[in-house]
Amino acid sequence: MTRRPPYFRKACNALLGLLSLISIVLAIGCMAWVLCTVCARGFSVLSADFLTSPCKPYGEEGAGIGNALVGTLLITGGAALLAVPPAMAAGIYMAEYGNGSRWAAFLRSAANIMMGLPSILIGLFVYVIIVVPAGHFSGLAGTVALAVIMFPIIMRTTEDMLNMVPPALRESALALGMTRMRATLCILTRAAKNGLATGVLLALARVSGETAPLLFTAMFAYSSPSGYFREPTANLPVLINEYTMNSPFESMHEIGWGAALVISIIILTVNIITRILFREQSR
Amino acid sequence: MQRTDKIFRLVCLLCALPAALLLPGMLLQLLSNSAEAWHTFGLSFLWSSEWDPAAGKYGAWPGIAGTLLTTATALVPAVPLAFSAALLLTEVPSWLAKPLSHAVDLLAAIPSVIYGMWGLFVLAPLMQEHVQPLLARLPGSTLLLGEDNSGFGFLTAGLILALMILPYMCAIMRDVISMTPPMLREAAYGVGCTCLETTRDIVLRHGLRGIIGGIFIGLGRALGETMAVLFVVGNIMEPPAGLCSCGTTIAATLANNFAEADGLQRSALFALGLVLVVMSVGIQAGAQYYLRLTGAKRGETI
Repeated sequence: MTRRPPYFRKACNALLGLLSLISIVLAIGCMAWVLCTVCARGFSVLSADFLTSPCKPYGEEGAGIGNALVGTLLITGGAALLAVPPAMAAGIYMAEYGNGSRWAAFLRSAANIMMGLPSILIGLFVYVIIVVPAGHFSGLAGTVALAVIMFPIIMRTTEDMLNMVPPALRESALALGMTRMRATLCILTRAAKNGLATGVLLALARVSGETAPLLFTAMFAYSSPSGYFREPTANLPVLINEYTMNSPFESMHEIGWGAALVISIIILTVNIITRILFREQSR
Repeated sequence: MQRTDKIFRLVCLLCALPAALLLPGMLLQLLSNSAEAWHTFGLSFLWSSEWDPAAGKYGAWPGIAGTLLTTATALVPAVPLAFSAALLLTEVPSWLAKPLSHAVDLLAAIPSVIYGMWGLFVLAPLMQEHVQPLLARLPGSTLLLGEDNSGFGFLTAGLILALMILPYMCAIMRDVISMTPPMLREAAYGVGCTCLETTRDIVLRHGLRGIIGGIFIGLGRALGETMAVLFVVGNIMEPPAGLCSCGTTIAATLANNFAEADGLQRSALFALGLVLVVMSVGIQAGAQYYLRLTGAKRGETI
């Protein structure tokens, strides 16, 4: 073995420290760069009018994002309604009944694989099972696509959170003569409620920015989202895509940046608030 | 009493079933919808690089090669960055590590369409004006980089993807590194190892499988990412000529063409979707395997 002088080893070590520092600065710096760009370019168009008036095709004055904002809220809210109850029940099954069984391990792997599937494929899937039979694009199809994406995320967080509840609590509830169902619904979910809420909110924040699954399901429209069940429905992510990627006009790009700022604010606020609340309660 | 319990269990089981049914359903649906394309082109669909809707000829190679190239371009910078960032986050005191790791996690919260916009309006002009002329001066660069100089292309897409997959990999690597038994680490420091040597010989050896799992998760993300790539890859149906040339990926092709396609083209697009599913399920299965060996959590839960 060759002996290396200590200053060489120290230099290598310092180099590693420097590299680590650079990489974290790079990561956080790039995030700041992206967010600052969005703020700088989006802030100038932001106004009450912009938030309420509907989006319009190129050339018309006074375009805003009102209908897309409502559409996004409808689509993600619907997805939450559709996905949360069954996903929580599935998580309860995994945590309470599936302990150590192979069937549960299989379900867990399936959910993990589902979480990693590209979201555009889920859009394709929902297109085939809903849009084709119904014969039209609709906001509802977009809702289903987002619900499919949320399902495994919430299922896995529910399971993890229930597993973190101390077993003594579960056993004492059962020892008092409660049925398994009562013990789960009244005691365990209540003990884990912060974690469950965090899981749901983070999943919601994540899917509300998803664009790819909405391209062939909710699509895009200039109309108000009253045709949620039957017609293409306006929504923010696809609006951003339409106004920036598919449009050469500067005025539309501005609206795109404004929409990007709004959706970033919504998502980051939900994210940060959830994390702060959860951190304080888990102490 | 017992009866309600049984019903409750059954209801929960029924709710858990979709998790198992979705994947086979998806495969079945893609298979049946792409049957026409497989029938017409056979397996040569996979390596034919012709995509000509007018002549009714379709091949998957531009998409497949583009997907592989962007993913590789993303992983090369992202893996060392994620690992060294994770190392720093586990070494610094927790009052500093907590806000920093939250900040890195927020990178994953930014929607991909915003990365795409940023790439289109900020990164691509930057690449065109400053980076690509610099790269073009390197000897032999036309072979490696292609001749385009538009700012768009695989390199730009790969850099954005690197930024997007970094938080996922970093979160898993952080978990894995912090699972190294303190005893082993302290023993290494005790015999006089520097931090670098401890990392290389103890942490990396002990957590190698988890780190590979983390890389697989990042790989899966990069493979299927649609919007960010769609904005900057250039979207022409040709196999990559070089790092800086324009091209397409499977996901970008689907997003671009699916809404207007019908007949054989639609079937060919479904076939592309099938290829993407197979690739990403394979990678996810690999990730599962490695992560289960270490017992690390996936980066996606909190």
